[in-house]
Amino acid sequence: MMNVIFAVLVLGVIAVVFGLVLSVAAKAFEVEVDERLPKIQECLAGANCGGCGYPGCAGCAEAILAGKAPVNACAPAGAEGAAKIAAIMGMEAPSGEKMVAHVTCNGGEAAVKSFEYVGLHDCVAATKVAGGPTACAFGCLGYGTCVAACQFDAIHINEKGVAEVDKEKCTDCGACREVCPRKLIVEVPYKQKVFVNCANKEKGPAVTKVCANSCIACGMCERTCKFDAIHVVNNVAVVDYDKCRNCTMCAKACPRNAIEPIPTPEEKEKFKAAQKAAAERKAAAAKAAAEASAAEAHKAE
Amino acid sequence: MSVTKLLAISLGAILTNNFIFSQFLGICPFLGVSKKSDTAVGMGLAVTFVMGLASAFCFGVNKLLVALGLDYMQTVAFILVVASLVQFIEMFLKKSMPTLYTALGVYLPLITTNCAVLGVVLLNVQNDYNFIGSVVYGITGGLGFLLAIYLFSTVRERLEFADYPKAFEGFPIALITAGLIALAFMGFSGLQVWPM
Repeated sequence: MMNVIFAVLVLGVIAVVFGLVLSVAAKAFEVEVDERLPKIQECLAGANCGGCGYPGCAGCAEAILAGKAPVNACAPAGAEGAAKIAAIMGMEAPSGEKMVAHVTCNGGEAAVKSFEYVGLHDCVAATKVAGGPTACAFGCLGYGTCVAACQFDAIHINEKGVAEVDKEKCTDCGACREVCPRKLIVEVPYKQKVFVNCANKEKGPAVTKVCANSCIACGMCERTCKFDAIHVVNNVAVVDYDKCRNCTMCAKACPRNAIEPIPTPEEKEKFKAAQKAAAERKAAAAKAAAEASAAEAHKAE
Repeated sequence: MSVTKLLAISLGAILTNNFIFSQFLGICPFLGVSKKSDTAVGMGLAVTFVMGLASAFCFGVNKLLVALGLDYMQTVAFILVVASLVQFIEMFLKKSMPTLYTALGVYLPLITTNCAVLGVVLLNVQNDYNFIGSVVYGITGGLGFLLAIYLFSTVRERLEFADYPKAFEGFPIALITAGLIALAFMGFSGLQVWPM
């Protein structure tokens, strides 16, 4: 019995000594952690998505605290999170527009397949086989590498076989933009409704062969736009999101249905009729003006 | 303790009686952190550091226990020493060497439960080493661990690209690899520093 008590006592004393040493050491080697750090981390999205380029949310919080990253470094936290962090840091919140990801391809079933791919169900793997199974070198492959990369369940392959972003769920973290082997996913303003859903930079005839829903750089949209907001650059139409007012005229004018929102056939007919009527009116007005000036000239004689 | 004896201890700890490949101690971190060679080296260095220090501290504690006639409590006391030591080192590193602290990361607290560390202090007692002998055995034992985990991690890095049956994926192939390296280490048995 005495043995047991003695053993317990000795070990207890050793443990207490170690405990004391450790508690003294804890005080002596205390590292001051900035109290703002946990607060900033709370404002971040907490998904550890890595979209900011730092290792996880803790890394991002440290970078923000050190001033290496802007207060709006966390895209998923959005403007709200940025404002909170700015308040903690005692800075002005930058007023940024909410951005979302967008897939610039509308091909899917309309795109021609150059061969049947039966390998790994992954876009990166598919592009390694003779450049990928789609005849269009700029088209969405639809194997869902972006879907797997998304931590917010915001991107899916739609019924056409093309990736589509759910802009309500999208946090603009950039994970899908990063993994897409064809770099088809771009950052667009949340408010934007009109998009050119084609990225093919080949000339018209070549594009026509590979996809029915492609931009052939005909320039109809450019001529239709009243706000100088859409231009053909490198054989593909590009919307200037600063100037675009989402009137959807270009979408209706597009002969290839490559511009979102894709109009219904009725809408197209209506648009064509309206354009025709406008052209007729214009021609009539010009004729009348010409006649009037001719009459005036006659009178002067 | 003579230089030849120390050399014999070192050679034994690193090659002939390697902690992992012939004594099968510390297998958990050996399998757990050997996927990349740089983290494996980090872990190996941390273990070496702790094993050396633990040998030194436990030598003193063992003397105390023997003097009090409590040598049967060695295991419990040594666990206490190793755990507090690792805690202390963690605090110390966090304050004075933050870079090393972040590099070691989670491995440092993991060493607390590393049986190679407990093994080395118990073997020190068993082999009746004096203070210098204990410390040398601790450090060289750690170096043996470092050698083993580094060799293994480089093989595992190559395994990533190897073509083996799917059923062997992950730990099975790692254990087979470890077994094969252990067999190779058998080649060192019988290696002696003369005169013993």
